[in-house]
Amino acid sequence: MSADLDIAASVLGMARAAGPGAATADAEVVVRREELALTRFANSHIHQNVADIAITVRLRLHLDGRTASGSTTRTDADGLRQLVERTVAAARLSPPDPGWPGLAPSAALAATGTADESVVAATPEDRAAKVASFVDGAGGLTTAGHCRTRYTTMTFANSAGQSAQSTGTEAVLDGIARYQGTDGVARASGTGLSAVDGALLGARAAAKARVTGEPVELPPGRYQVVLEPTAAHDVLRCLSIYGFGGRAVNERRSFARVGEAQLDPSVSIVDDATAPGAVGLTVDADGTPKRPVELVRAGVTMAVAHDRRTAAEAGTSSTGHAVLDGDYWGPMPVNLRLSRADAGADGSTPSEVDGPAADSDIGELVAAVDRGVLVTDHWYTRVLDPRTLVMTGLTRNGVWLIENGRLVAPVRNMRFTQSYPEALGPGAVLGIGRHGTALTSNYEDASLVVPALRLASWNFTGGASG
Amino acid sequence: MTHFDAANAAVEAALAAGARYADVRVMHRRYESMAARNGEIRELAQQEDFGLGVRALVGSGWGFFAVPDVSDAAARSAGTRAAGIAAASARVPGPSADLVPLAVRSGSWANECRVDPLEVPLSVKGDLLVGVTDQAHKQGADLAEASYQVWDTRKWFTSSEGHRIDQHIRECGAGMSATAIGEDETQRRSYPSYRGQYGTRGWELVDGMDLPGHAARIADEAQALLSAPQCPAGETTLILGDEQMALQIHESVGHAIELDRILGWEAAYAGTSWLDLSRLGNLTYGSELMNIVIDPGIPGSLGSFGFDDEGTPAAPRYAVQEGQWVGVLAGRDSAAEAGLDYAGSVRSDGWARLPMVRMTNVGLQPGPHSLEQMIAETGDGIYMDMNRSWSIDDRRLNFQFGCEVGYEVKNGKLGRMLRNPTYTGIGPRFWQSMDMLSSAVVPWGTPNCGKGQPGQTGHTGHPSAAARFSNVRVGVRG
Repeated sequence: MSADLDIAASVLGMARAAGPGAATADAEVVVRREELALTRFANSHIHQNVADIAITVRLRLHLDGRTASGSTTRTDADGLRQLVERTVAAARLSPPDPGWPGLAPSAALAATGTADESVVAATPEDRAAKVASFVDGAGGLTTAGHCRTRYTTMTFANSAGQSAQSTGTEAVLDGIARYQGTDGVARASGTGLSAVDGALLGARAAAKARVTGEPVELPPGRYQVVLEPTAAHDVLRCLSIYGFGGRAVNERRSFARVGEAQLDPSVSIVDDATAPGAVGLTVDADGTPKRPVELVRAGVTMAVAHDRRTAAEAGTSSTGHAVLDGDYWGPMPVNLRLSRADAGADGSTPSEVDGPAADSDIGELVAAVDRGVLVTDHWYTRVLDPRTLVMTGLTRNGVWLIENGRLVAPVRNMRFTQSYPEALGPGAVLGIGRHGTALTSNYEDASLVVPALRLASWNFTGGASG
Repeated sequence: MTHFDAANAAVEAALAAGARYADVRVMHRRYESMAARNGEIRELAQQEDFGLGVRALVGSGWGFFAVPDVSDAAARSAGTRAAGIAAASARVPGPSADLVPLAVRSGSWANECRVDPLEVPLSVKGDLLVGVTDQAHKQGADLAEASYQVWDTRKWFTSSEGHRIDQHIRECGAGMSATAIGEDETQRRSYPSYRGQYGTRGWELVDGMDLPGHAARIADEAQALLSAPQCPAGETTLILGDEQMALQIHESVGHAIELDRILGWEAAYAGTSWLDLSRLGNLTYGSELMNIVIDPGIPGSLGSFGFDDEGTPAAPRYAVQEGQWVGVLAGRDSAAEAGLDYAGSVRSDGWARLPMVRMTNVGLQPGPHSLEQMIAETGDGIYMDMNRSWSIDDRRLNFQFGCEVGYEVKNGKLGRMLRNPTYTGIGPRFWQSMDMLSSAVVPWGTPNCGKGQPGQTGHTGHPSAAARFSNVRVGVRG
């Protein structure tokens, strides 16, 4: 950790001594160190088993009104010197950047993150043991999935005096069980390996897959649905990517309109990387400390996520959501928690295996449905229009027909074409599970906490056969 | 100490730690990208990464370890750790892992690159992006965006079998888009394609695009789309332009013929495939016009190389011949498990990632028709082009794709512009309905193909041509 502070200080020093104008240039350095290990299994055995250590040093420089950034994985003296030379040269040749928002001022972090020892010191044998317990828990069904551990440290320093370090640990176990062509899934994540119970997850995946009878094909149309947390995670993630980012809002590509009652009054959404148990870093790529941001309160959009640039454009302050080299997407809230506006989540995590419905909490939502569909997972969801956030995608890993509060038949996968804000709109949310499940992403450093959702209408536009 | 020395040191360490096979990729990659929006540069990034990755086979278990350090000590440590990880795989063991035989090779390869993209001044590249986005913005685009990307990759590969191969691959490309934002929706037009066009070529590829010559047009078309009629819903004759056909090939053929998916190795994440190995050589994939070739040797196409990341030299192979499924994308271990005798489609996204089965160039052979002929011979249908959205199921069977623009086709002529054109179908049924195929093939490049855990981004090429399909469901909306 102190070595990374030394690297950051060294690069800052070289950048500020790099010729005319450099002494007064805005400079910032991020040193990101990541130890990632991932054990994959398929056909019930480990087939890919990888680990790597990655160190990336990124310099961003605003010099004579022009901005450039560069990064390297070479941390020897030559590598760092060349990084500075390249970035300075690039800044001098770049077109002017009139929208440069300036550097983050010095400010203390609200929290420094987590460093769970079970992840920091995790071995290939530890991950293999988790996989073995999942495979055993599935009771002989064919299984596939992965166990991942990740230990990340981010060190930030800029020429305005801001200096910060944050750590994050993550453990994930995610797998399917397969039975006569039907898949069931179970996944969990947390800051330590104790958050993932291989035997429980394997048993849940198997209980979903072990169906009797041929799955039925439902005609296209609108159905009431219960989305398990694994499916609801996709809804929340897409709201984050396409809706709650300051850049999309500034450019009028987002559905989000601050101050308007856009979602059901039962829904509240908060982004908080500093919450106990949150997976993620507590400082953003601009060096701004992260803090809780209330995005939706009882259905009313209260705020959106900003980095320093989008905040300056919008005439407001950064909320601490800058993404490293993330101009394409812009700032993004990645530690969202969706909960019931009236009560919030109770924090408890059911540990039973309830059959096709993952647990009793979901079973209660199912019991309230006269006719509808239980959806375990979403797959390959893509945006058709960002303004309305109409998405298309498919169900996966377990779909059931609900009649009179009971799961009566497995259903073949279906394609949907659905506006996500509309699905959560005023009057559309009929029930929210009591407990939230923390789930991470394969793409971003993101951990979203989401309960199961019972929604009045979901637009299925085709069955598996087209 | 050369990079081959470092790689050999890692191989030796893996063998000493119990591996029966090991291979190493030392990679140095420089990446540069710039993005502009509405006449201003928004991002300029220059990245360098350098390191080595070791793959080791102990018993029936694989292990992989990578570090950003190519010193002798780091290389040997990485080799030892890769073997240790492989040994841990035995905790949940599988069947014996084998590799199809591969002649030991030494060699070098580099693609043609007339104008080194990293030597083109940043000011020239910046002025291009600023100019075209300013032009499109002033023409009425609410959001005019343009970007380019450059990769300059050097690789050194060795294995315990004695391979010694180095490659220098330079890739680049660029593109732009104009977005019109209405009260209730957005509309976008892009050039030369969604995300741009990319290849294993120098900056001459970008120079040849004439971005300034198309900036005003795409701005006009994006605005026009906001008030264009909706694409009607129903079944009709569909003509797809070559850019959208590249996406169609990528999603509904390229991924489906990946052998690791077929074997279930990606079942929990990327998914499996509707293809069953027992039907290889005995399954109708499409109409007789459908000839799909896997060819990593196409000069300039984005999926080209001299050797794959297991050391197999580039060679062409049919995947679909006259509509029959005849070949797959394979690696040495997956081919051995499947009982096949060829590999050649394994790649890794940098030194820190495990090599895995990936598309190279997967594309259509030319047909006998022209786009103009297809339109002239269609009484009632829709022409769509330029990808806007894509979604396909985990078996690569049920797809729904959206395009930026559509046009009515009535009595052999293009009619009104249509907004929000989408179409959906089932892969083999769709391909079997292809009754016309253009002779004009364009090698579109896809620089962002995602696969694997940890995630890897692959660069693929798709020779593609306009084609006509019958009885396709179009106009699916939310």
